[in-house]
Amino acid sequence: MTSESVAYERRSAAPVIAPVRPRKLAKVPFVELAEGRLQGVVSSGSDVSRVYVSSITAGEHGLSCNTNNNRPCGGLGGAHPCNHLRALVEAAVAQYGAGRVARYLKVEPPESETGIWSVLHPVAAQGRTPEVFSSFLRHLAYLEVPPTADPLPELQWFPAAGAVR
Amino acid sequence: MLADTLNARPSGLAEAFALVDGLDDALVHGLARLDDDRAAALDALVTAFSATPLADRVTDAIGKIVSGTVTDDHLAVLAGCRVALLGAAHDALLGGLDTALGRSREPFPAAGAPGEAGHLVAGSRSWLRELAIAGWHGVDHELAAAGSPAVRALLADPSRRRLAVLLDGFAAELRAAAPVATLPRVPVRRWADLWARALILSQDDLPAGPAAPVDGRFLILGADLHEHPTVFRCQVHGLLETAGQVRLVRTSVAAAKVDTISGASAWRMLSAFPVLLSGLAGHRCLDVSEMTLTAGGDLLWDETRASAGEPADPFASARVLLGGAVAASTAPLDRHPAAIAEPVLIEGYTATTEALDLGGVTVGLDVERLPAAGPITPESVAASTAVIGLLRFDGDRWVIQPLAVQTTVRKKPVVLHTGDWALGPTEAKAAKAEAAAGTAVDVLRERAGRLLRK
Repeated sequence: MTSESVAYERRSAAPVIAPVRPRKLAKVPFVELAEGRLQGVVSSGSDVSRVYVSSITAGEHGLSCNTNNNRPCGGLGGAHPCNHLRALVEAAVAQYGAGRVARYLKVEPPESETGIWSVLHPVAAQGRTPEVFSSFLRHLAYLEVPPTADPLPELQWFPAAGAVR
Repeated sequence: MLADTLNARPSGLAEAFALVDGLDDALVHGLARLDDDRAAALDALVTAFSATPLADRVTDAIGKIVSGTVTDDHLAVLAGCRVALLGAAHDALLGGLDTALGRSREPFPAAGAPGEAGHLVAGSRSWLRELAIAGWHGVDHELAAAGSPAVRALLADPSRRRLAVLLDGFAAELRAAAPVATLPRVPVRRWADLWARALILSQDDLPAGPAAPVDGRFLILGADLHEHPTVFRCQVHGLLETAGQVRLVRTSVAAAKVDTISGASAWRMLSAFPVLLSGLAGHRCLDVSEMTLTAGGDLLWDETRASAGEPADPFASARVLLGGAVAASTAPLDRHPAAIAEPVLIEGYTATTEALDLGGVTVGLDVERLPAAGPITPESVAASTAVIGLLRFDGDRWVIQPLAVQTTVRKKPVVLHTGDWALGPTEAKAAKAEAAAGTAVDVLRERAGRLLRK
């Protein structure tokens, strides 16, 4: 914050979203905290055209993992997470930090960044594979939106992710 | 002179902000839940506008809202009240600054013909109405996500990009903050700003500003970078030398992106603009011909109408030409204190990592606007002797956002510009980090190629 004397509530440029931390995307190209779930897409280790859609519900910690064609993941045994779910959580912690992930899943933040599974109480749950997969496709579709020279005056409210390094 | 202006506040500024705050506070709990205090704050607007051309509409709209009827027309009037109050605050603040800097500014010409009406903005209006009724405290995951269909439809239409980009950034904040009722602090002014501006842009028949083609030499002063999860934008402030005149203008290029593309690698998303990016990275002026300049001072960048010119040092340009350059006026509906970003050259100060002491006034350093995609750090500002920056006003104080500094790094004199890394970082450590992070762009493009065209 630039100054404690200036109320956050009365600043037009008050920061709201903490910038995401850079991470490798090859294994887990997409993670989001949305619709009450930590959800995302994990690349298949064996088939480049296949991806797994994995999710954990906030509060209940319901686990789900299916291929994009909605076939169940063989590695997920009810409440026991598969490698895709583990990779998903690892990517989410890398991107958002363990604190934000824990708050979203409605658990106390773990002692260490890697300890998030120890504070979850997973159960088996129905997946929302088509919804999450569409969300990933919409995410990718941003890369196809053409650039613009429109002056976009409202971007004065959105400074580029900061640099206090 | 500048110090006096930066210390002083125009008369009536506090009163204008107090009225805006009253309106903004009503949006925290929602227009469906107005208690007596919040209703009184809205009534204060009726009094404040009683001697203006808006008087009848404000009286009617606020009367109806307080009695429980919230229509799109009533909300447009509320947004209009904010434009009037914050526009006046903008004019007073900028007028004072112009006087202190000796800067002349062309008045904004009469508005052009109204633009087209569109069904696309109806979806946006309806989401904004739901938000106003529920209030920020009523925003849950479902309501935060309810704006997505409107954003998708708007993004598909290039002429609606401005509203699409605004709504998408606003919606992302609401989604990240939902359920807002559990949030310790709510960005009250900010969300009211974004809400009101989106509502204005969602009206049918908005006037289009006039614009005309220009020829000349564009001398770069510096780049200002903007970003939210799905956009990265480089806005270049500069001087346009045309026959017989030097104008202070901006030009802007923006690309859609995703949240995992950030920092220096975001420049990769602007690869469609090699002439502009080379001008920034190579410190050259740019020759433009028949490029459109709007009345608001925005040069609509077109690579086919630009070519790289001679080497040009922004500090030399600023020293010689900035003082006499003529500025443009902001379009009437866009006036807002947070829209002020006035280029200045400042020398002869004492700097720390938090502020510049100009002798008689201390101007805060806007560290949140020193982007990771450029080389300037608070430390390089603290060691600097000259700065080209943007003066901004937010949270009741003036701050400076450096765009370029003449400074000392490891005992060597250097000049750093925000746009230096437009073609990739020039510093070894940052270049290495960018190379690693930059693969994100390739990975996602590859995934998009495989999955989107099935």
